[in-house]
Amino acid sequence: MSTNTPHAPQAEATPRETTEGTVYTVSGGDWDEVAAAAAASDDEKIIVNMGPQHPSTHGVLRLILEIDGETVTEARCGIGYLHTGIEKNLEYRTWTQGTTFVTRMDYLTPFFNETAYCLGVERLLGIEDDIPDRATVVRVLLMELNRLSSHLVAIATGGMELGATTVMIYGFRDRELVLDVFELITGLRMNHAFVRPGGLAQDLPAGAIDALREFVKKMRKNLPEYDKLCSGNPVFKARLQDVGYLDLSGCMALGATGPILRSAGLPHDLRKAQPYCGYETYEFDVPTTETCDSYGRFLIRLEEMRQSLRIVEQCIDRLAEPGPVMVGDKKIAWPAQLAVGPDGLGNSLDHIRTIMGTSMEALIHHFKLVTEGFRVPPGQVYAAVESPKGELGVHVVSDGGTRPFRVHFRDPSFTNLESMAAMCEGGQVADVIVAVASIDPVMGGVDR
Amino acid sequence: MSEEQRKNGAEGPAGSVPPARTDAGDVIGVRRGMFGPSAGGDTSGYGGLVRTVRLPGAATRPYGSYFDEVADELEGALEEQGLVPEEAIAKTVVDRGEVTFHIEREHLLRVCRTLRDDPALRFELCTGVSGVHYPGDTGRELHAVYHLRSLTHNRVIRLEVSAPDADPRIPSVVEVYPTNDWHEREAYDFFGIVFDGHPALTRIMMPDDWQGFPQRKDYPLGGIPVEYKGAQIPAPDQRRSYS
Repeated sequence: MSTNTPHAPQAEATPRETTEGTVYTVSGGDWDEVAAAAAASDDEKIIVNMGPQHPSTHGVLRLILEIDGETVTEARCGIGYLHTGIEKNLEYRTWTQGTTFVTRMDYLTPFFNETAYCLGVERLLGIEDDIPDRATVVRVLLMELNRLSSHLVAIATGGMELGATTVMIYGFRDRELVLDVFELITGLRMNHAFVRPGGLAQDLPAGAIDALREFVKKMRKNLPEYDKLCSGNPVFKARLQDVGYLDLSGCMALGATGPILRSAGLPHDLRKAQPYCGYETYEFDVPTTETCDSYGRFLIRLEEMRQSLRIVEQCIDRLAEPGPVMVGDKKIAWPAQLAVGPDGLGNSLDHIRTIMGTSMEALIHHFKLVTEGFRVPPGQVYAAVESPKGELGVHVVSDGGTRPFRVHFRDPSFTNLESMAAMCEGGQVADVIVAVASIDPVMGGVDR
Repeated sequence: MSEEQRKNGAEGPAGSVPPARTDAGDVIGVRRGMFGPSAGGDTSGYGGLVRTVRLPGAATRPYGSYFDEVADELEGALEEQGLVPEEAIAKTVVDRGEVTFHIEREHLLRVCRTLRDDPALRFELCTGVSGVHYPGDTGRELHAVYHLRSLTHNRVIRLEVSAPDADPRIPSVVEVYPTNDWHEREAYDFFGIVFDGHPALTRIMMPDDWQGFPQRKDYPLGGIPVEYKGAQIPAPDQRRSYS
């Protein structure tokens, strides 16, 4: 954290010539003199640069705060430190390879990124209705598990930033349970690229259902602990209540969605409003509060985790029936079957035996689809899903080629972070931390 | 810049006048051959194959779904304001269950305000702007695509505005949808679309002194060749591609 004051009369900056150019060594003056000079001036405003490397800014977020005493008079964000050009990179890969990139955007919600992208590609292809039920149920299952892990991180890091380390330890402990399930199903804890245009990379492995049931049982036991630790805790409430205030008209103007919007009392959830992936067939509630503040958002995240568990249970029941997890169209479906070999997950030996030993046509087909990819008819679509942070929209444009022409992600973190100034200005410096934590921005998603 | 000058700027250099729109859809490029590689001989026998790439064309009434209602209300509301709807709405495209209103840029702000404030429309939530660069869409190279969501009526529509490369100006809608502040900065940063009337149009992702607009199609991806098991793997944008 560095500070600048426009008036520090005693501060010295002596120039010194070196081979690298002129170097100024800045040294502070006597503190009493600095304080006296600052007190003599009417202007007590100080600009504080918080971040981009700061433990409580959720990654590489830079906050530029103009403070007057303890009050924040102006707050601005500096972003872009994690910009990786994913949208540009997508234009140089096939449609299938796209999931490998988008899963890395908001790295705490990989399944939402993948599913939103795949829903867009599938609508462009016109195969939305051909996606097998089982693939859709697994997508919902993974998304709801992902909602749990994302909210757990939001609550854990938010707690840590307040000094509530127990909440942090509990949150990461439970997130680990979710990641174990992810690892069992996809082989990876993050960056899965498991949801593919047309369905899934592979079916659930043996033992996944048992592991899921075990997980639900454990989470049912663990979730109330957050309630017991925080919800009624007077210290916790004192820090969160009435902090980061943003009412409904503010949310609408600034485009804030997700828990921020629902904390303003509007039960808007894309899973209910514009159902995708068959969400209309699941039973769950959309929690809201009327408080418009950080505490309300915390309560909403807590309740959403319970609702997600409900959906996970319904998914488990529906997965009893076996079935395909990839669209039947052989011109789109990934030709290779995956299997775990001695060197990890890869093409199954059976598949390699078939294409290399028995069918020349299958080899050509495999080669064509893997290197060239499939073509998507020209046009554009907008697919949106309700990510844990709000509306995650994908604008996909095709020019009829084997690669996306343009993919734009409307990441909820990016849009929600815009409301930081509205939440923080006029409040205390210490409340900036709480307000930003309640937005739950993930810089991978903000900067892409 | 006066309206007159801007018009001249838009139609300045010869050949940049956009062709008249037809219902067939705008041509955004031409594809040659079967597999696309431009270097080396094409042994596939499809080397002479030429295909034009067209985006979906304009739709005719009825559009279906709630699109007719939105179009009627919008046209009616614009007429009430003394505007000929055909002047503001260049064409309407219905494709894959989604509706796109192509808006002339000088009327964008008024259309947005109408869409937000009219009780029968009420598109309260703008989900930002996405820039698209169509180098092949002569005279309309830069597109700004807005998705508007109405929570009241549970609807989504898309607005598309285009500007020529020679005069990449589109009015800012920040005064109607403040959320577009950062989104427009992003579109400016990556595509060089200048949003007139934006309160502080600066780069947002790239460094302030960055040259060029990285997500335009003529901007290279970059990257270096990598050696893997003795073979040189070229950078992603240098690899063989299948158009």
